Amino acid sequence: MAEKENIIIESGDAVQPFAYSVGMHGSRFFAEIRDHKRFLGIKCPKCGKVYIPPRGVCGDCFVEMKDWVEVGPKGVIGTFTILRYAFIDPETGAQKPVPYGYGFIRFDGADTLFQHYINIEDEAKIRVGARVEPVFAGERKGSIRDIEYFRVID
Amino acid sequence: MAKRVAIVGTGQTFHKSHRPDVNGQELIHEAVARALADADLKLKDIDAVVIGNMDHFEGINYVDCWSVDGSGGTMKPIIKLTTGGTTGCTVAIGGYHLVGSGMFDRVLIIGWEKNSESDTTGAITTAFDPIWDRLVFAGAISGLAAEAQAYMARYGATDRDGARVSVRDRKHAMNNPHAQLRKEVSLEEVLASPMLADPIHLLDVCPRSDGACAVIMASEDIAEKICPKPDWIWGTAARHSYSYLGDADYGRLTSMREGSQELWKKAGIKEPRKELDVVEMYQPYSFGGLIWIEDMGLVGPGEAPRYIWDGNTDMGGELPINPSGGVISCNPIGATGLIRCAEAAMQVMGKAEGRQVPDVNFAFSSGFGGCWWTDMILHGKKKPA
Repeated sequence: MAEKENIIIESGDAVQPFAYSVGMHGSRFFAEIRDHKRFLGIKCPKCGKVYIPPRGVCGDCFVEMKDWVEVGPKGVIGTFTILRYAFIDPETGAQKPVPYGYGFIRFDGADTLFQHYINIEDEAKIRVGARVEPVFAGERKGSIRDIEYFRVID
Repeated sequence: MAKRVAIVGTGQTFHKSHRPDVNGQELIHEAVARALADADLKLKDIDAVVIGNMDHFEGINYVDCWSVDGSGGTMKPIIKLTTGGTTGCTVAIGGYHLVGSGMFDRVLIIGWEKNSESDTTGAITTAFDPIWDRLVFAGAISGLAAEAQAYMARYGATDRDGARVSVRDRKHAMNNPHAQLRKEVSLEEVLASPMLADPIHLLDVCPRSDGACAVIMASEDIAEKICPKPDWIWGTAARHSYSYLGDADYGRLTSMREGSQELWKKAGIKEPRKELDVVEMYQPYSFGGLIWIEDMGLVGPGEAPRYIWDGNTDMGGELPINPSGGVISCNPIGATGLIRCAEAAMQVMGKAEGRQVPDVNFAFSSGFGGCWWTDMILHGKKKPA
């Protein structure tokens, strides 16, 4: 009798592309960054909460939001981490370059947090409450990547 | 028509990091066969099946279909529920609803995962919003690290406080033959282990696992005929709190706070710390063992470190948490919430062997998702009024 053999089949380099609709609120947000380097939030007419990313409905109050308000571009680190372990980035299929700073940014005038890279050249400066500003990409196409990262300005 | 519902049998695999000897269907069958044996039931006794996992990990959908030979679902009513990390708890809640409705008397509930079949962090990331979340999100660990940073900044907790929770769970796992990781660690070893995402060290966080769990629920009309001392379900709750990850209140788990308040109200529990006898929570990292027990209302905000250091949640303490070794010792994700449910049921039924807490009247089990959503179950020895 043959020795017990556990066969594994690998999926190889299989790729399945997707095409995601950003929606009317997100599209305006990205167009504003691309064309004017400005951040637009949206305000709930009932509770006054300012949302980033903008969306059509305040989930807490379940009312429609139409009041666009400019926020930022500066803000503070709401919370953060520094990613130090390697993993497969499903956006590229390759290992994500580490380490990198993962920031949850509270723009001046916003109530929710905006996720983006934080520059970690000086790790000692990365702390909850530190003031930050965005660094924009030279060529902007209307996506989250139009911002390269945020940097601490304290 | 509404019926009281009890758990009358449980089964689980001996969870491992990698089970190349079985495919998904074969893994599922191991747990199902054990649950049927535990309840002394045959497959013909089962009226319906609820099954779930987190499809992202294997990249194979429709487990309700392709597993039926192993699950026992052939030509039976079967539905799949999948809610990310909470899946194991959600399938239990779904089973509770099916039996509680009076439409099914005996329901088989299954959670499973083969995390070895893909990159776990990459797969979790695909569960999140492609436009706003995926650029920087790095699976559960990154969100959990952000929560821990916020909690530490707000309350002055330290990484030593987190490490103490990991030491507890890893010690408890020594009593559980089903746990994947069974090795005691010291506080110093946790703090010296590699930093994955500040402030989370390797030994602060769960492994990835292959495993399955099955639970059988029965209506009040027959539960005590199947099992003389069943585990009665006193209540369930589920909460979501955000659309995008940046919407959450970092440092507090609001889904746990609101869901647990619903449970205490349903059961008339005034002081959960004193009235609960054991907790099996989906706590995939050490700091969750601090933050989330505050959100449960066991202790006040910022008070968890002291409570943990004083040994209150160790075996033999005021309220033992994770006698099984918890998720830090074993995490086959789609099964994990159901393992918590099964472990809590075993505590109530007096079947928890080497990890048994004496005289359990109320037990709490939970599921945790993604980041920031929570499902939970209150289990009790007495039949609910």
